[in-house]
Amino acid sequence: MEVLLGITGKDFTIVAASKATMRGPTVLKSSDDKTRPLSKHTLMAYSGEAGDTVQFAEYVQANIQLYSKRNASELSPYEVSSFVRSELAKSLRSRNPYNVNLLLGGFDPITDKPELYWVDYLASSARVPYAAHGYAQYYCLSTLDKHHHPDISFEQGMKILRMCTDELKRRLPIDFKGVLVKVVTKDGIREEPYEDEKPVYAP
Amino acid sequence: MDALVAQHSRSQHAAEGYSEDEMQQQMSADLAQPLSLQFALPPTASPSQWLRAMTDDHSNPQCPIKIAHGTTTLAFRHKGGIVVATDSRATAGDWIASQTVKKVIEINSCLLGTMAGGAADCQYWLAYLGMQCRLHELRHKRRISVAAASKILANLVYSYKGMGLSMGTMCAGVTPSEGPALYYIDSDGTRLAGNLFCVGSGQTFAYGVLDAEYHYDMEDAEALELGKRSILAATHRDAFSGGYINLYHVKEDGWVKHGFMDTNPIFWETKLKKGEFSNVTSKMDE
Repeated sequence: MEVLLGITGKDFTIVAASKATMRGPTVLKSSDDKTRPLSKHTLMAYSGEAGDTVQFAEYVQANIQLYSKRNASELSPYEVSSFVRSELAKSLRSRNPYNVNLLLGGFDPITDKPELYWVDYLASSARVPYAAHGYAQYYCLSTLDKHHHPDISFEQGMKILRMCTDELKRRLPIDFKGVLVKVVTKDGIREEPYEDEKPVYAP
Repeated sequence: MDALVAQHSRSQHAAEGYSEDEMQQQMSADLAQPLSLQFALPPTASPSQWLRAMTDDHSNPQCPIKIAHGTTTLAFRHKGGIVVATDSRATAGDWIASQTVKKVIEINSCLLGTMAGGAADCQYWLAYLGMQCRLHELRHKRRISVAAASKILANLVYSYKGMGLSMGTMCAGVTPSEGPALYYIDSDGTRLAGNLFCVGSGQTFAYGVLDAEYHYDMEDAEALELGKRSILAATHRDAFSGGYINLYHVKEDGWVKHGFMDTNPIFWETKLKKGEFSNVTSKMDE
């Protein structure tokens, strides 16, 4: 029951990932960071098979940084997404494929537009205005369908994110220990403080 | 003549309550009559196992009996009564069997039932519940409470537990004794009273919209709109829900029907006028 959420707005992309690391019936850690910055303006959030996730994320991160250093240029979020997708596509047909689902949140400083890519372990990649992975899809996409608009402000974006996490707290039977929220803007990636104290109950 | 008059008239309040005779009759009726009927069963050692083998679409996609499944239904209480809304799609495996199913069953003028799960199971047993409610009315000279009606159904499905019944239903009604009451009953035998339930394959999508804006003090128009929008959300995201939105409002003096509305024009109106569903494009070249 890992949660990944992504919301784009006028000049930002919000990426939220659940903080729990679960193994069988146990919560091993409740402050996990399931994200890796791939470049100055691209952030990857991941979920999936234990072990695969971090291995894949760090492999991709290293290769994108290597490319930037060799060519002295930063890859745009779209280029990053293409690279990540191709790596997953190669992996899918290998002896032991990576079982990893991703959200790539970014901001393209050239077009001055936020970007979000929904990528799954079958190497599907789609550019979307908002996205979720896992059970969060079932609960949050209908909320996002209703409340999201392409030109929302950051405050409105955070308000919609709150609606989503409240709904997950209310309805998911397993506690995912809240979410870690990161934001990508023209200035780069930053962590956004997120209140997670208030309990929410099903009516 | 006096004897004749006496035979055909009673004092003012004699008709209320029960006579000795009636009590006797009722007690024997209650004892003698089993809650459920007798059915012919398939001639195998374990009919329930046989049924499971014939209908389990998941483990055997070529199974000979495909049960009509997949639905979104919701009901919630608010200060003005109870809103009940459903979609209208019935699916059998991958096949859309119907787009015009009436999933709200009018048990009587003050009681509604919703159907999710096996279409035949729901239709049959809710009709049967309607019959039991009418019999209760005739026997006890007052309308059945929602608590009692839902318990008849819950006990009934519990008596068939493990034999392959598949239903998730809600009973909504207003009675003088209880006020507005809402119960959830499923074929596991679960029976819950509550303020808000969504049932069916599209339940999570409906919850997503409903939970975000639900509060008990909503006005009627606001509540009906939210019920309708929640079903629309589910028909949009759940492949097994769709067709028409069936909307009811249960109030003190009975239920009122608020339409059987095609989802397609409502979807495009919601998208184009309110700018929602921004991930769906309405242009050919995007």
